[in-house]
Amino acid sequence: MSKSDKLIEVKDLRVSVEETEILKGINLSIHEGEVHAIMGPNGSGKSTLANVIAGRPGYSVTGGDIVYKGQSLLEVEPEIRARSGIFLAFQYPVELPGVRTWQFLKSAIDAVRKENGEDELSVREFDQLLEEKRNLVEMDPDLVKRSVNEGFSGGEKKRNEILQLALLDPSLALLDETDSGLDIDALRIVSHGVNVFKSPEKSVLIVTHYQRILDYITPDFVHVLVDGRIVRSGDSKLALELEEKGYEWVRESVGEEVNS
Amino acid sequence: MADQKVISRQTGVEDSQYKWGFELDIESDVAPKGLNEDIVRFISAKKKEPEWLLEWRLKAFRHWTDQGDEAAPKWAQVNFEEIDFQDIIYYAAPKSGDDAPKSLDEVDPELLEAFDKLGIPLEEQKKLSGVAVDAVLDSVSVATTYQDMLKEAGVIFCPISEAVQKYPELVQKYLGSVVPYSDNFYATLNSAVFSDGSFCYVPPGVRCPIELMTYFRINVADSGQFERTLIIADEGSYVSYLEGCTAPMRKSHQLHAAVVELVALKDAEIKYSTLQNWYPGDKNGEGGVFNFVTKRGAARGENSKISWTQVETGSAITWKYPSVILQGDNSVGEFYSVALVNNYQQADTGTKMIHVGKNTKSTIIAKGISAGKAENTYRGQVSILPGADNARNFTQCDSLLIGDECGAHTVPYIEVRNPTAQMGHEATTSKVNDDQLFYLQQRGIDLEESNYMIINGFCRGIFKELPFEFAMEASQLLRVSLEGTVG
Amino acid sequence: MQDTITIADQYQEDFQDLCATLPEWSSEFRNEAMLIFKQIGLPVHRKGNEKWKYTSARPIAEPQYSLATFEEVDLDTIKKAAPWHDSWLNVVFVNGQYQGTFSSDTSPAIQVSNIASDDFPQDIVESIGGIMDYSDDGFAAWNSAFMSDGSIISVPDGENSGLVINLIFFNQGVPGTVNHPRVLVTSGKKSSVNVIENYVGGGEDNTLTNSVSEIYVGEGSTVNHYRLMSETDHTYDVGYGRVKIGTGGRFNSRAFFRGSGIGRYDLNVLVDGENASCDLQGLYFTSGNQHMDNFINIDHLKPHCQSNLFYKGILDGKSRAVFGGTVLVRKEAQKTDSIQSDKNLILSPDAEVDSKPALFIYADDVKCAHGATAGNIDADTVFYMRSRGVDLETASRLIIYGFAGEVIDKVEIEELRAYLEEAFLTSLPSHRFEF
Ligand SMILES: Nc1ncnc2c1ncn2[C@@H]1O[C@H](COP(=O)(O)OP(=O)(O)O)[C@@H](O)[C@H]1O
Ligand SMILES: [Mg+2]
Repeated sequence: MSKSDKLIEVKDLRVSVEETEILKGINLSIHEGEVHAIMGPNGSGKSTLANVIAGRPGYSVTGGDIVYKGQSLLEVEPEIRARSGIFLAFQYPVELPGVRTWQFLKSAIDAVRKENGEDELSVREFDQLLEEKRNLVEMDPDLVKRSVNEGFSGGEKKRNEILQLALLDPSLALLDETDSGLDIDALRIVSHGVNVFKSPEKSVLIVTHYQRILDYITPDFVHVLVDGRIVRSGDSKLALELEEKGYEWVRESVGEEVNS
Repeated sequence: MADQKVISRQTGVEDSQYKWGFELDIESDVAPKGLNEDIVRFISAKKKEPEWLLEWRLKAFRHWTDQGDEAAPKWAQVNFEEIDFQDIIYYAAPKSGDDAPKSLDEVDPELLEAFDKLGIPLEEQKKLSGVAVDAVLDSVSVATTYQDMLKEAGVIFCPISEAVQKYPELVQKYLGSVVPYSDNFYATLNSAVFSDGSFCYVPPGVRCPIELMTYFRINVADSGQFERTLIIADEGSYVSYLEGCTAPMRKSHQLHAAVVELVALKDAEIKYSTLQNWYPGDKNGEGGVFNFVTKRGAARGENSKISWTQVETGSAITWKYPSVILQGDNSVGEFYSVALVNNYQQADTGTKMIHVGKNTKSTIIAKGISAGKAENTYRGQVSILPGADNARNFTQCDSLLIGDECGAHTVPYIEVRNPTAQMGHEATTSKVNDDQLFYLQQRGIDLEESNYMIINGFCRGIFKELPFEFAMEASQLLRVSLEGTVG
Repeated sequence: MQDTITIADQYQEDFQDLCATLPEWSSEFRNEAMLIFKQIGLPVHRKGNEKWKYTSARPIAEPQYSLATFEEVDLDTIKKAAPWHDSWLNVVFVNGQYQGTFSSDTSPAIQVSNIASDDFPQDIVESIGGIMDYSDDGFAAWNSAFMSDGSIISVPDGENSGLVINLIFFNQGVPGTVNHPRVLVTSGKKSSVNVIENYVGGGEDNTLTNSVSEIYVGEGSTVNHYRLMSETDHTYDVGYGRVKIGTGGRFNSRAFFRGSGIGRYDLNVLVDGENASCDLQGLYFTSGNQHMDNFINIDHLKPHCQSNLFYKGILDGKSRAVFGGTVLVRKEAQKTDSIQSDKNLILSPDAEVDSKPALFIYADDVKCAHGATAGNIDADTVFYMRSRGVDLETASRLIIYGFAGEVIDKVEIEELRAYLEEAFLTSLPSHRFEF
């Protein structure tokens, strides 16, 4: 597995929001085909990491670097990152009143295609593709006709994120708590969507609070993020251990590490 | 897509943002500059008008002269140099318009070509299927299409100058009945010098089979345009009327002071849509049309309905409050508006809903977008008079600001004199939401397009009130008007 | 404009007499104001005058008033007319004149002095007129020329004892008289103070109270300001509040109006320091032929500030209420967060409300909203209560109480809240509805 190319490397990344340091030196490498999971208590900085990789404004990177496909991302506009294959499934998908989902999805897909030197999809081609992917996530066809996420339930919004993942077919999927707030059926559907996406060329970073989704999507690596630092990394067994012993356990063991 | 461009076809003026700014080459029959009784008589004579109409014009003219220039309204949130009313041409007709064309064959081919260039193909009916067009160039109506189909339905749709000749009783009965000649400074001026405009009468029980459209264009330099539109929907009838406007690029300002009167009788409905894209002036605020317009509808009969939809992207200054007087019991008034200003444009626009009858209902949805150094004001009045039992009004005004050099203002006047009324007004002002922008950008859509999508979404509720072709057109106008506002 | 000039001329003689008796420091100030008053007169012309769009000042301007003087009155009468608590610092004015015998001794911590007295603190003379721009406002110019007695309240830095200063302007209703009270409040850094201004009394004949209050809210300080107006149907009451808030300052205003023939409150708040905020709430109840006009302006000059403007009105009889609220956000005032709302409950077919809640925004990174409602009691709410067994009259009374209570409940001074509940709520009508 490690023979494959390194897709993204986060090097000693430090990030602040309004003077407060949130990420305090993160190191993380993801190779093609790998599935990583980041777990950690609320407020530990998981979303911050995913957002900074995607280029969300409002965070200042005060140290370190993010190298993606061999190039630093720090100065790259968010839409360019997106077109080069970074996809963020938002923890809180944004509502876009008046912006039709259909139009939005087509614009997004055409933007990526244009970047790759491909022609825009015809309406018919796009409709076919959309239909196929919509079935994959078992989304209500009416939702596609409405404004993006407006009035969608929490679960519908999350499915819409996975629909977009399937349509845009990126290289790196960052899933920020895509599992939270889903019932068991929705979780199965969402996980199925991610598993279909997974391939030897694609990588996934799952940000989650619970071990639950990892029953469906098996990670190759699990990292535990506490207070802006990765305090422990391991294989999928680490997730189970965490589930059993709780985050206090890692916190304590961090304390031990620091003390010793 | 090209087929749907009604008034914004690109014209090859590449170096400018305003894509409708070429000058038509038609020799016009132009009155000398300035305004006096002789000019009023000249206009009336040109139109071979009956005595009563000349008298009416003169009454208006005298009223206008008596009250003096100080009577020009000053309360609007707009700034401009005083207008020299003696430096304006009050009548300019294309030569061929002297004897109004009976059919398209008689229309000056050069003129047809000119309109074709504008995207108003008077000849190729296919392109505007289902829309009857009355084209008004400067002050004169040059062509009205689809006459046969309308005649069959009994609908009268013609230049108002023609209606004065052919249907004098109708014109005399309704002209000035909604906007009296003494109404306001600009309406008074219009009453004295109006040259042409559209007239429409829909007989009882008739649903007008096609959309009616008037297309206005100011062409002659230094000319003002003072058209007058009168639409009457008789009992139980329905009509949808569209209006589009452009003007060539000019260094100096041009005055457009129109009056529109609508009358809806019992159970009748009038839907009036406007795409206003007069020349807004250049990047530095030079030139552009002063659009000082009085539009008012009387929902006179029981269960009547008048609905105004406007998309205002043009003009250096817009001063305009399409209003509804809800006289009939159960009558309904609606106002849907998008006003976008950029560079040095100023808009002070909104509506008045005057509730007179019982169970009357009005809805106001206004969306304002300000960019560049522009100023945008929503000004709206809702009056609930003592007899208007159970009147209802809902008003929603939202403003978006793009950049920190523009202004967005909301000035509602709410006057309630009946305890059974329920009225609610809500307004918000903000910039484009950062989270929304990032969401779109994260999907690979660039900043300018993301911005456009969000703003288009913001206006969606209004655009959907427009007939389909116009809605497409409105989105296009929005895109063009927003060019260069971000980044 | 002929008539307005006459108005000022009528008072020239009074003016000269007054200048002879008042302290020297004020004469330059007065002369200037008198000059302006003569030039502009009172705002009796309404056409094109957005400030006085819905209120005619003509009935107020027409009579010729004489300056009110003190006549015998006992303290109990005054205590009945206004809220009073012995723990407060009570300062009493009768017909505009300070009454030392009725008033508390001034507190050592907070300086309360009288404009007419000679021991006037010179260091704050400068502040008088500093934020009351009368250049286009005849009533304010008139007050500035004629102010005689009034209060100067100066709160030292760090003063936080929670003192309540209760200013009572009692009008005996002597026919045809005018009085011009003046208040100045300056709060020092990180201080806090409560000030109640009461305008009460009146009689069976026309009188005019024409007051001006200037309030400087210092850095990081809080001023809780209460304004009560409860006069007879024959009084005219024109009042100005001018407020300037410094960095991190907080101005909380609670205004209660329970009657006067024509009342007008013109409040202008300059939010002039970063992280400053103001919360302006008001409740007006008009009945009979009363007329109340609230003209409130909030001017945001600096970034990161908040404002809340929340007024409610209950209208009965043939009364009329006017609300003109304006929030102005200037270009520099980024990150402003502002909400404005005016809600009116109309109880009578002859009452009228005119509301103009305006927003003028020149900064882009702001969140501003406003709303206004007017109408009767919500039929669904009444039905809901009736379906639970509450009778119609009780249901409507509960709703009206609830409507008014939303503002009264926010009064933090317990004794004052109790007073308002008593004075306001018990006077509200209860059974007006036919469903
Ligand atoms: N935009 C922001 N503004 C202010 N604080 C933020 C912002 N984003 C994150 N934070 C703070 O950073 C910390 C980490 O947040 P987040 O990355 O959302 O944690 P997690 O996703 O692990 O729950 C929290 O304390 C949060 O309050
Ligand atoms: Mg998170």
